[in-house]
Parts: sequence; C-alpha cells; structure tokens
Amino acid sequence: MSEPMVVHGLDWTIKELFVYPNEFIYWAIQIVMYPYMTGLVAGAFVLSSLYHVFGQQDLKEMARFSLVFSLALLPVAAMPLLLHLQQPLRAINPLLTPHFTSAIAAFGFVFSAYAMIVLSEIWFVYRKYFVEQANALRGMPGLVNSGKHLLYNLLTLGAHDSGDSAVAKDKKAVKILAATGIPVACFLHGYAGFIFGSVKANALWMSPLMPVIFIMSAVVSGIALCMLTYICILKWSQFRTARNKGAGGQAAAGGVQIETINKAARYLLGFLLAAISLELLDLIFRGYTAMKSWDILRSIMYGKDFINIFVLQYGLGNLVPLILLLLPRATVNRTAIALILVLYGIFMMRWNVVIGGQAFSLSFSGYMHYQLPIIPHNLETFKEGLCGALTVAAMPFILFYGLNKIIPAIKQTGH
Amino acid sequence: MKQSRRRFIKAAAAGTLAAAIPLSRLKFLSPAEVKAATGDASIRWIFLVDTQKCVGCGFCVKACKIENEVPYDAPITRTWVERYVVTADGATHIDSPLGGRDGFIDGRIDGRDIKPGEISKAFFVPKLCNQCDNPPCVQVCPVGATYQTLDGVVLVDRSWCIGCGYCIMACPYGVRFFHPVHKVAEKCNFCYHRISMGLKTACEQACPFGARQLGNLHDPADPVTRRIMTERVAVLKDEYGTKPQVFYIGLDEAVR
Repeated sequence: MSEPMVVHGLDWTIKELFVYPNEFIYWAIQIVMYPYMTGLVAGAFVLSSLYHVFGQQDLKEMARFSLVFSLALLPVAAMPLLLHLQQPLRAINPLLTPHFTSAIAAFGFVFSAYAMIVLSEIWFVYRKYFVEQANALRGMPGLVNSGKHLLYNLLTLGAHDSGDSAVAKDKKAVKILAATGIPVACFLHGYAGFIFGSVKANALWMSPLMPVIFIMSAVVSGIALCMLTYICILKWSQFRTARNKGAGGQAAAGGVQIETINKAARYLLGFLLAAISLELLDLIFRGYTAMKSWDILRSIMYGKDFINIFVLQYGLGNLVPLILLLLPRATVNRTAIALILVLYGIFMMRWNVVIGGQAFSLSFSGYMHYQLPIIPHNLETFKEGLCGALTVAAMPFILFYGLNKIIPAIKQTGH
Repeated sequence: MKQSRRRFIKAAAAGTLAAAIPLSRLKFLSPAEVKAATGDASIRWIFLVDTQKCVGCGFCVKACKIENEVPYDAPITRTWVERYVVTADGATHIDSPLGGRDGFIDGRIDGRDIKPGEISKAFFVPKLCNQCDNPPCVQVCPVGATYQTLDGVVLVDRSWCIGCGYCIMACPYGVRFFHPVHKVAEKCNFCYHRISMGLKTACEQACPFGARQLGNLHDPADPVTRRIMTERVAVLKDEYGTKPQVFYIGLDEAVR
C-alpha cells in the first residue's frame, strides 16, 4: 500500500510557545460531532418519553415525531466515531475484546441496547399502523403496491391482531420501553461525558460534573432540534396546502400550534438552566481552587477562547435564547429563532470542551490552535474537516426523510 | 407430540445447563491478560536520566528514529530532548525543535534572541516513555491493544489498535502519537526488541555521555538500581498518580 504518509493532526494544528513534540489536536471536529449527535439522540428520546411515561398529553403530537427522529439520529451518532478512527475497519474490535477499564469499551453495548429499545418501542407504536397498511394493500395491483404490502407484512412480524386488547398491550409495552429508555438514553450520553471527564491528563476535561453537564445539555439540544424540525415540517406542509388551495386560500388546518411548542419550550428552559448552572459551577470552582493548571486555563478561557466561550456559547447560545423564550407573548417564529440559537450554543459548548481541552499543551507552557480544514486535500482533511462534519449533520434529515415514508411521524390530517 | 409450555421450559432449562457445564471450564481472559503473559517477572525495566550529563546533541533522537522506523522527518518522535533556559527575570524559555533531533544549534528560542548575559541557568532534559506502574494509557484502551508486560514495559499491538487516540489523550507526558505509516498508536517501548535480547536501548547506546541508562529494578546489584536507591532522584508529574519509572538526576522545578 503506497498511501502517502500523514502525521495525524499536523494539517490543522498550529503550535505556539512550548508544546511537546508529539502533541497535536488529535480529537478534532468529529469528536465535537460525536457528543453533539448522541446528545440529540438522547434528548429526542427523552422528549418522546415525557408523553409516553409521564403522560404529558400536550406533548402527544411531538412524542411520536421525536421518537422517529431519534431513530433517524441513532446511526448518525456512531458515524463521527467511524470517521475519526484511524483504523475504521477495526471498529468491531471493542465488541470482540472489550477492555472494560476503558470508558469507550462499553459504547457498542450501550449503543446497541439503546438502539434495540428505540426500535422495539417504534414497533409497538406503529404495529397497528403496519397491520392496517398490510390489510389495505392486500391484493392491490401494481409492483409498488405489492412491494409495500410485502414490506408492511414483514414489519408486522406476524402479529396481525389489531383488536382493542392487543392495542392496549402495545401501549403498555411502549410505556415500559419508554421508561427503560430514559435511564439508558441518559447513560448513553452521561457516558460520553465520562469519556472526557475521566481523562486525568487533561486539566479542562477532568471533572466529575462532566457527565451531568453532558446529560443536561443533551436533553436541551435534543428537545430543541425536535421542536425546530417539527415547526419546520408543519410550516412547510401549511405552506404547501395554502399554495395548492390557490393564492387566496385560507390558513390550512394542522399548522403549528403555539401551545404545543410552548409546553415543550418549558421543559427545554428547565434543562437549559440546569446545564448553565452546572457549567458555571464548574468554572467558578476551577477559578476558586486555582490548581496548577488554572493559569493556563484562565489564559484560554478569558483570553484566547473568550469569544468562543463567553460571547458565542454563553451569550448568543444561552442567554439570548433564554430571554427570547422567557419574554411574554411567544410566537412560533421567535421560538424558532431561540431554538436555532440553543442548538448553536450546545454545539459551541461541545466545541469548547473538545477543542478547548486541546488548546493548551500538557506542559502548560504553550498553546495549540485548531484550524478547521475547509477544503479537503486528502482523505484525512475530508473526514476531519468541514465536509465530514456537514455530512454527519445532514445525515439524520436524509434518514428521517426515508423513515417518514414508511412510518409517518406526523399525522397530516386531523388531530 | 404435544408440546406443553411446562415441557418446553423444562427442556430449555436442561439444555442451557448442559451447555453451560462444559463452557464453565473455559476461562474468559481479556486480551491484556493474554498479552501480559509476555515478559520476565524477575525483571522490572527502569530508566535513569542524568540531566547533568546531557548536552543536547540529539544523537539519542536520531538513533531512536532509525532503530524504531519512525519516519525521520515527520515531527513526531518516541524520545526527545527539551532545552530549558531560565533568564535573570525569572522567565523560563523552552523549546525542542524536531524533538532536538539535530541538536540545538540556534541560540534563539521561539524567535527570541536570548543574550548569554541574561541567562541564569540552562539545561537539557531528555524525555521518553515513563513505562508507568499505573499506566493510564493501558487503562483507557477500549480493545486491550496496549498492555503492560510482566517486566513493566507498555507495548502496543499494531494489529489490534483501532486508532481512537484515547491513549494519546490519557498520557500526561505526551509520549504517544499516531504512527504516520501504520496508522496506530505509537510510543517508546525501551527498544523492547533489543533489551529482551540483552542489548542496550538505541538511545542509551547512542548517548556519548552516559546520560541515559537502562536498569532492572529487581536486581539490587544493577548499577542503575543502586544509583536510584542511593542518590536523590525525581520523576516527572507524579501528581497524576501514574507512578512513572523513568528517574531523573538533577531535575529542575522548571521542567514541565
């Protein structure tokens, strides 16, 4: 194999003052994407569980949608890791020889367990629909119809009973699965926090608060993305209906209901406040105890990364949406703007943790700057550059589009 | 034959039990345990660096790169030499261009020209893997591809490493990196292939001043062990609890 020699990290790391020779930004944009995507998965699932487990009726419409969306997000959560690995073909090794003292070793197991819970919950939610579809499509002419019939028939897994008692059993199963799913979803993501929080060599990462902060911000980002996508889809279908009815057509039925959005926004606010409080606690504690690493951490936080941390993350990403959501007379558009900012804020938080944690040398005597590769010139700068990150970010929407064809996530007619 | 639920459960339980008995004779070993069976328990390889003797010639870095086939011009290295210059104003200036491979022939550090009159003290510090007694890199490897041998050296299995970089992140000394050709984690292993045959490490052999010495902590007659037991030695970053096994003579508080 005559692959050109690439020093991992050399393409995007700029060193300043004294940095150990082997130090580079080894964990780049894909490791920012990894906790971001797992966070979205966990958050989306928690949102759907709020209805299924705690019976929050006002979230009924969003619950079904966010469950399907969390399935679309699920495979994407593992994608950044595959793009990051130097030996992606060996990605199965952690399952073959798990070395359980490592925080990464159990990822495959937790992830698969979680995937199974989401899949089976969706199956129970949609089983009645599968049966109905299979029955309706039976004997219909055309290759597409018979293909669809076969698909739905397979999806029923042979359970064709759609009587009331069977559907009641389905509902019970959904409730149990949703309830088991919450701790697993939190574990999946708290665990991503543990991967960072347990690295004792890294002064910025090492903190027992890290897993909790990660869970809180995960739920925030998941709820925000679900709400935003929900708003967008409903707005789009409203627009389409209006257009079909002609220019003067009245507002279409089934538009965005501000009540549903407001209820979800209230949960979002709660988790957002918890996340911010914990992060500030961590920051204050570091400053107050002023350990050996504080000098360099301070120069990063208040100096080099000030814009990233205080202006973009806390200011634009947390404070502004907080105000937008708390102001009276909420509108759908204003909420949507707040949600975009929240998502941006959580992304910046991940960025500041992952990249910020590598912005200083282990020697505490130098700095490293990360230059995101925009235009790739080899496989490495594609995978760990803007293109790779955008690929990962676009993936859940592509998957959702496909999934929505089979298991419609939003009821278009009537409520 | 009618299959009642009771009979089915009974048969399933019996079948499971019958399958479990022979399986219980098998022992589940982690790859680390299997690999740890390599090495000689009567040896604990350690290293002594006498910073008073180092002149920063870089022969050790050259020898290491060639011996261990680490690409010569790539800015990564298994061992390196740092230059420390403490000026009269109390400031510390550190550098290690190309890991000190070509020696320190430029008086400037980070583009700053330091006049000899300003210097209050200056010295060189060679660095290599500390082969810790409590290695964080081994702890965090998700697949057990990095492991500690019975004689204390931490090795990497190039055929099993997935290249996640967690070990690189976990090492407080920055000794690990990705091998540019093999695309797996790479580190100093005290030239394990050489020392297992009774040879010196490449860096020790290349050092003209005896600043680097390999020893066996389990052998009280070993001259290196004797020096460590009788002289004042220090280790790097003991606050991380890694129990490093590379000992330094003349280590300054400025050393990072």
